[in-house]
Amino acid sequence: MPQVTLTVNGASHTVEVEGRTLLVELLREKLRLTGTHVGCDTSQCGACVVHVNGDSVKSCTLLALQADGAEITTIEGLAKPDGTLHPMQEAFREYHALQCGFCTPGMVMSAIDLVQKHPQGLSEKEIREGLEGNLCRCTGYHNIVKAIAAAQDVMHGRRAELAPAAE
Amino acid sequence: MTVVTPFEGIGASVKRKEDLRFLSGRGRYTDDINRPGQAYAHILRSPHAHAAIRGIDLAAARAMPGVVAVFTGADMVGLGGLPCGWQIHNKDGSPMAEPPHPVLAQGKVRFVGDAVAVVIASTRAAARDAAEAIEVEYEVLPAVATMEAALAPGAPAVHDGVAGNLCYDWHIGDPAVNAAAFQGAHKVVEFELVNNRLVPNAMEPRAAIGDFDPTTGDYTLYTTSQNPHVIRLLMGAFVLQLPEHKLRVVAPDVGGGFGSKIFHYAEEAIVTWAAGKIARPVKWTADRSESFITDAHGRDHVTKARLALDAEGRFLALHVQTLANMGAYLSTFSTSVPTYLYATLLAGVYTTPTVYAEVKAVFTNTVPVDAYRGAGRPEATFLLERLVDVAAREMGMDRIEIRRRNFIPNDAFPYQTPVALQYDSGDYVATLEEALKVADWAGFEQRRQAAKAAGKLRGIGISTYLEACGIAPSAVVGALGARAGLYEVGTIRVHPTGSVTVLTGTHSHGQGHETTLAQLVTDRLGVPLAQVDIVHGDTAKIPFGMGTYGSRSLAVGGSAMVKAMDKIVAKARRIAAHLMEASVEDVEFDRGTFRVAGTDKTKSWGEICLTAYVPHNYPIEEIEPGLDETAFYDPKNFTYPGGCHICEIEIDPDTCQVAVVNFTAVDDVGRVINPMIVEGQVQGGVAQGIGQALLETAVYDENGQLLSASFMDYQMPRANDLPPVSVATHTTLCTHNPLGVKGCGEVGAIGSPPAVINAVVDALRDYDVRHIEMPATPAKIWGIIHAGQRLAAE
Repeated sequence: MPQVTLTVNGASHTVEVEGRTLLVELLREKLRLTGTHVGCDTSQCGACVVHVNGDSVKSCTLLALQADGAEITTIEGLAKPDGTLHPMQEAFREYHALQCGFCTPGMVMSAIDLVQKHPQGLSEKEIREGLEGNLCRCTGYHNIVKAIAAAQDVMHGRRAELAPAAE
Repeated sequence: MTVVTPFEGIGASVKRKEDLRFLSGRGRYTDDINRPGQAYAHILRSPHAHAAIRGIDLAAARAMPGVVAVFTGADMVGLGGLPCGWQIHNKDGSPMAEPPHPVLAQGKVRFVGDAVAVVIASTRAAARDAAEAIEVEYEVLPAVATMEAALAPGAPAVHDGVAGNLCYDWHIGDPAVNAAAFQGAHKVVEFELVNNRLVPNAMEPRAAIGDFDPTTGDYTLYTTSQNPHVIRLLMGAFVLQLPEHKLRVVAPDVGGGFGSKIFHYAEEAIVTWAAGKIARPVKWTADRSESFITDAHGRDHVTKARLALDAEGRFLALHVQTLANMGAYLSTFSTSVPTYLYATLLAGVYTTPTVYAEVKAVFTNTVPVDAYRGAGRPEATFLLERLVDVAAREMGMDRIEIRRRNFIPNDAFPYQTPVALQYDSGDYVATLEEALKVADWAGFEQRRQAAKAAGKLRGIGISTYLEACGIAPSAVVGALGARAGLYEVGTIRVHPTGSVTVLTGTHSHGQGHETTLAQLVTDRLGVPLAQVDIVHGDTAKIPFGMGTYGSRSLAVGGSAMVKAMDKIVAKARRIAAHLMEASVEDVEFDRGTFRVAGTDKTKSWGEICLTAYVPHNYPIEEIEPGLDETAFYDPKNFTYPGGCHICEIEIDPDTCQVAVVNFTAVDDVGRVINPMIVEGQVQGGVAQGIGQALLETAVYDENGQLLSASFMDYQMPRANDLPPVSVATHTTLCTHNPLGVKGCGEVGAIGSPPAVINAVVDALRDYDVRHIEMPATPAKIWGIIHAGQRLAAE
């Protein structure tokens, strides 16, 4: 079987895979990083989004072999080693932007990339449009949009701390 | 241990305890679990809606690399079929038709997706490859894909021996009284509508792992279920004939349910049984394409209704005739949805003195249909709230005024409806008034004119609704045909240091029980939230339970916890009385402190807990050591949340796209434990309601092929399809449970669809349109606008 070498959350791995193995299968089954989820088989839902060399990518749509040499970040790699959450994770918690949690890892990874690619800041409408590739069945997105709006201020250094959700 | 601040108790929007693991990728969903030596199942499914199986050749599949075993229906002969949990009786008193529902097809397949064979192999890919090597010889039979086709004279039979494809012909209400009330009515409004078929699409696809220990004979099933004890009962007793003590069912983190994960599915039985056969764990995970054709669908009603009114617009009588699609087999609670969860709601919030409903349930060659968020109540609400709008228009009345005129008044509670239910509390005027204010109903005409000036068609719609949940009193549902009790179970396990583990028979798959239920403990016992853990979803840990559906977790499960905490407090007071040398009657308990009334003698919660487990100075002859109590709570009645939803939309006449501009929900869900979570539940429910009204529909072709069978073809609401939703609550307390709670899980999906469609019809008021079927797609609206029926509006 062919081998693929990649860096995931800062650690290097060399793994044997079948040619047809998807990146998400490698992450979930070979590396047992089960935070990245599979919610569909048509690249529609975004539950499997990870960062590949800094870009958000649907890991169900990339062969593991295509990720050879890549730097991958998954939901497990976002928090600091001391457990401090990424501002986006913190914002999701603060704004009740998750319910069942299944779409959440992909949603968070997409949201981080969306915010990072728009340093000028995103309007509510732009956030909604930017989430086109991610489905959530629980929340109605309202709180996800609010969380991303709050997180971008921290990520861009416009606020030192996350704005608290209104009671 | 310190007394907690009140901010963690009832009424506090505390952040969720479960979030950290979900946000860190440490959730543990069924597919995240691997058992040692695990093999993988792939299920070969029927590509035909109706066919006889003339032969299955497994030889090639069995010879494929990695294949461990291949099974077909022939291997499962002698085991039971999937049971239906609710028996409905026909008008003549005879029981419904209840054809067998085999786990793997026995000679015939009846819908696209019916399970034909299972391949078990060492990897998922190997199992899938081998399934493709199975040769099935089908004799394709004519299929009935719609209820209309199924009921046509001479239609092909979905099941041999089920005449006319009719599961049951049921009714409720008094037909003679009802018919008489139509005589002499000032006006009778006749109306027909469809409640569209939906695919629930929880984001986590279903999955199941069967495990078997040959040395003990113990089976374990890990499954994506809303109710593991119910699955243990149904699968153990009816399908595999396994006693409860040899069968453990674990429902770990579950990624959404919305009803679709209540039911006992074939795959659960297949993996459990197969694990025993091959003495290895067997895992199955649906891919989304499989979910679309195997998860029970929702809704799918066709209804005719007649509403009689007097000259002042008061409702005199309602007569409803509904056809309800069951699909090819009876899913677990399918039969109850269009009967006791639907027709009993047809009085709504109105004083209609007589309601008569007739419901025919129909077999078709489609995926089984069962409960989906709201289950029956959205269907009743959509019918009523559309009908009321049509009646207002045809009576020349204001749509708010006609509602006000027919509301059940506040002094009428408890209110007995003509369709069995007795509402305990509500305030429909208050929720209406509040919603009108929040939505600025009065200012709408100005917004309509502004939109018109910008070339847009703006409309506003309202729905004043009620639902029945918190299911359910066991004796009542038993008399109506339920084959289970619907109580709930809670154990409060107080540890020696005073922290608490709660075992609940309800199950959280997004609702936030680990937080809300912990708040009940914090509020009552004064134990800080961080020291309360909620355990759910494992029959080996939790004494019993009926699970989560019908917005019952807090009303029934929370009430069981209250009962158990009553026992804890009673025992703890006796221990405290002993330590403080006082009589029990004189010992007061308030959130963490025991006090001899009128004195400064106190004992802390922690001291009492420690004493219960280290009983050195203890009335051992009178009280057992330990502080661990279980309670079963059977509700006295359903709970009746209700409220008012207002939707404002804008149509671009060039694209015929509907944009939801504003949505206001003012709901009475009883006492609110965590406002943040309630708001989230309502927002999510409204999103599904808007999805039903504008986007979603399951479409079959005439051969029974599901055309909308992927996220490319079935339009799930995305972030940009939905508006910000304003959520408010107005509380009247439930009068018959100790928390005063009513339930909030389904109200959003129940109240919203008619508000949306009423708004769309309102926006098109200048066109000759009486009704638009859901989903109100651009194609339908284009048809209306371009039908040449434009009235001389301007």
